[in-house]
Amino acid sequence: MKKLVLGLIAVAVVAGGAYLAMHRTPSGVGAPAMTDRGVPNPLRVATEGAYPPFNVAEPDGTLKGFEIDLAKDLCRRMGVTCEIAAQAWDGIIPGLQAGKYDVILAGMSATDERRQAVDFTVPYVLTPAYFVAPKDSPLTKIDFGLQRLDLANLDEASTQALDKLKAALKGKTVGVQVATIHANFLDTYLGDTVTIRRYDTLQNLSLDLATGRVDAGLADMTGWQPFLEGTDGQNAATFGPGITGGLLGPGIAAALRKDDGRLLDALNNAITAAKEDGTMKKLAEQWFHFDASAK
Amino acid sequence: MLDLLGFGGRGWGLQLLQGMGMTVLVAVSAYLWGLLLGGMAATLKLSGHRGGRVAADVYTTIVRGVPSLLVIYLLFFGGNSAATWVATLLGFNGPVELSALPVGILAVGTVSGAYSAEVLRGGALAVPHGQVEAAKALGMGRWLTFRRVLLPQTLRYALPGLGNVWQLTLKDTSLVSVVALVELMRVAYLAQGATRQPFLFFTTAGLLYLGLAGLSGRLFARAEVWAGRGVRRAAR
Amino acid sequence: MNSPLLSALMAALPQFVSGTWLTVQLVALSLLLGLVLATLVAVLRLSHLTPVSWAARGYIHVFRSTPLLVQIFLIYYGLGQFDAVRQSVLWPLLREPYWCAIIAFTLNTGAYTAEIMRGGIEAVPHGQVEAARACGMNGALLFRRIILPQAFRQALPAYGNEIILMLQGSALASIITLMELTGVAKAIAARTFQPIEVFCLAGAVYLGMSFVITRGVHLAERRLNPARK
Repeated sequence: MKKLVLGLIAVAVVAGGAYLAMHRTPSGVGAPAMTDRGVPNPLRVATEGAYPPFNVAEPDGTLKGFEIDLAKDLCRRMGVTCEIAAQAWDGIIPGLQAGKYDVILAGMSATDERRQAVDFTVPYVLTPAYFVAPKDSPLTKIDFGLQRLDLANLDEASTQALDKLKAALKGKTVGVQVATIHANFLDTYLGDTVTIRRYDTLQNLSLDLATGRVDAGLADMTGWQPFLEGTDGQNAATFGPGITGGLLGPGIAAALRKDDGRLLDALNNAITAAKEDGTMKKLAEQWFHFDASAK
Repeated sequence: MLDLLGFGGRGWGLQLLQGMGMTVLVAVSAYLWGLLLGGMAATLKLSGHRGGRVAADVYTTIVRGVPSLLVIYLLFFGGNSAATWVATLLGFNGPVELSALPVGILAVGTVSGAYSAEVLRGGALAVPHGQVEAAKALGMGRWLTFRRVLLPQTLRYALPGLGNVWQLTLKDTSLVSVVALVELMRVAYLAQGATRQPFLFFTTAGLLYLGLAGLSGRLFARAEVWAGRGVRRAAR
Repeated sequence: MNSPLLSALMAALPQFVSGTWLTVQLVALSLLLGLVLATLVAVLRLSHLTPVSWAARGYIHVFRSTPLLVQIFLIYYGLGQFDAVRQSVLWPLLREPYWCAIIAFTLNTGAYTAEIMRGGIEAVPHGQVEAARACGMNGALLFRRIILPQAFRQALPAYGNEIILMLQGSALASIITLMELTGVAKAIAARTFQPIEVFCLAGAVYLGMSFVITRGVHLAERRLNPARK
C-alpha cells in the first residue's frame, strides 16, 4: 500500500511538471499559419548574438548586425513578419530540428558534411580566408607573388605560393576557430608542418595573437575585420594571398530543416533578388565596410 | 570602460541583474525539485524493494556519470518529441512545444537530485539504528518515526553535503542557456561578444556568483546551527 | 543514426581516442596535485594562527564559489594580458594551454578537496588525539600517523564525488584550445551539425569512466574499512 501511494505521488509530480511545461503553439491548434507559397508567418529566425558584425546583442536586449538587417529584408520580400531570437550556439541545431524556429542565420559556412543534417540556401556572404600575424613578425614581410589563391583551380603560381606558405609556417603555431572551413584547410594543406590550436571563438584567437601564444591565425576577412579595426588589432596585419574555393566552400548561408523545400525555394528567391537589386551589397558595405556579399 | 557595467545607454547592468534573477530562479526551483527527486531516490535506495533500489541506482549513476549538458540536451530536445507524442495519444494534434523555463528547471533539478540522493542517503545511514528501534519500542508508527526521529537527524547530517549540492546547482544553471534562457553566464557571454571585453564581463559574472554563493553559504551555515541545536559539539 | 554520420564518427575515432587520453591525463594529474595542495590547505585551515586560517578560508571560498569556466578563462587569457607575466620566468609554463589547464584544475579541485579533508579531520575522535599526545607524539607525527590516515578514510566517499565532478569539469579545457573528449565532441558536432548523436557517444565514454571511478572508490572504501577486514 505504502509503495503504491509513493508511486502515485511520483507519477503525480512528474505529470504535474510535464503539464506545466507544455503549452500549445502560439497560433493555437495545429501548425502555424502559412502564406500560399509555403512560408510560415511569422517566420521564426534564430541567430547567435555574439558574432559581430554578423549578429550581436545590444544592452537593451535587442539584436543588430548584418544578418538581422538581411533577415528583415528577406521577410519583407516574402511577405511575412520576422521573429528573430538569439540562441546559444550549443543548442542552435537541436532547436532547429525540434521546430523551435524555421531558419538560422548565424554566420554558418555551407559544407557538404553539414548538408547531411540541414539544407542551406544559396550563400549570401563570401570573403577570402587570410592569415594574420603580428606586424613585427617576419611572416608579414614575405612576398607570395599573388593576391588570390583559388583552391579549385591550382595553377603553377598558386601551387608555388602554397608551397611558400608551407615553408614559411613550418614549425609555427597557427590558431583557427574550431570546426570551421579554415580548420579544414589547415588540416588538409598544412596539418603535417604546423601546430594547430583550435579556439572556440575568433575573439579568443585574437587574444592569443596579441600575447604571442600563436604565431599566426587563419579566418575569413569578415571574421578578422572587427579585430583589425579595433585597438587590439593595430599591431596585426594580414599576409599572403586571399584563399578561396575548393574545400573552403561556397560561402555563408542560411540553414533550415531538410523537409522544408518550399521555404528553401522562397528564401533562395529572396536572397537572389536582394543580390540583384543591390540590397545585399549595400548591407554588406554598411556592416563590413567592404563588399563581402556572395556573387 | 566601467560604464559598460552601468545602467542605461551602453551599460549592461540591467541585463546582468536580470540574468542574475534568472539564475536565482532556476537554481532555487531546480534545487527544490532536486531535493524532492533526491529524497525519493534515497528512500528507494534504502528500501528493501529490489526494483526500486535498482531504478534509483540507475538514475544516480547515469545522471552523475554523463556531463550535465547532455542530460539537459536529452531532456529538452528529447522531451519535446516525447510531449508531442503524448499529446497525440491524448487526442491533440499538431506539434506541442515545451516552454524553456520549466524544462530548464526540470533538467537542472534532475542533475541536482542525483547528487542530493547520495547526500541524503549518507545522512540517513548516519542515524544510529538503535534510535529507530527505540522509537519502535515506544510504539511510534513508521510515519511518526520518520517524521520525528529519522528526518530531523538525516537533515542535520546531510546539511553540509546539501550545501555543496546547492553550490553545484547554482553553477549548473549556466547550462540552461542552450535552451535559450538568458541567465547570468549567457548575458556575460553576449556582452563580451558585443563589446570585446571578455575580462570585464567574465570577472563581473564571477564576482556576482561569488556574492550569491557567499550569501547562500551564510544561510546554510545558519541552517546548520539551527539543525544542530541541542547537540553537544565535539570537543576541539 | 544514418550511415554518413556513422562513417563520420568512424573517421573521427582516432580523435575520440586522443581526446579521451587527454581527459584522463588532465584529470589524473590535477587530482594528484590537488590532493597534495588540499591536504596542506586543510591543515592550515584548522590552524590556530588566525591569518593563516583566514588565508586558507579565502582561497577555498573564492575557488569553490566561482564557476570553473571563469577561473580557467582568467588564468589562461587573463594572466597573458599582463606584460609582467609575459616577461616573467613563469611564461614558458603559462603560455602553454596544457599547463594553464592543470594549474586551474588543481587550484579548483584543491579548494573542494580541502573542505572534504577538513570534514575528515574534524571527524577523527578527539580522544585519539589526546591519547596520541599522552604517548608523546608531536604535531607532524600526530598528523601523519593518527589524524590523516583516518581523515582520508572518512573523506573517501565525498572524494569519490569530487573525482567525478573533476572529470566533468575537465570538459572546459576546450575553451583554451585543448581538444579533450568534450572538445572533440563539440568539434565533430559543429562540423556535422548532428550534436545529439555525437554527444551521446561522448556521454557513453564519460559514463564508462565514471563507472570505473565509482567502482574503484567503492573497492577502496571496503579495503580501508577496518571492520570488514
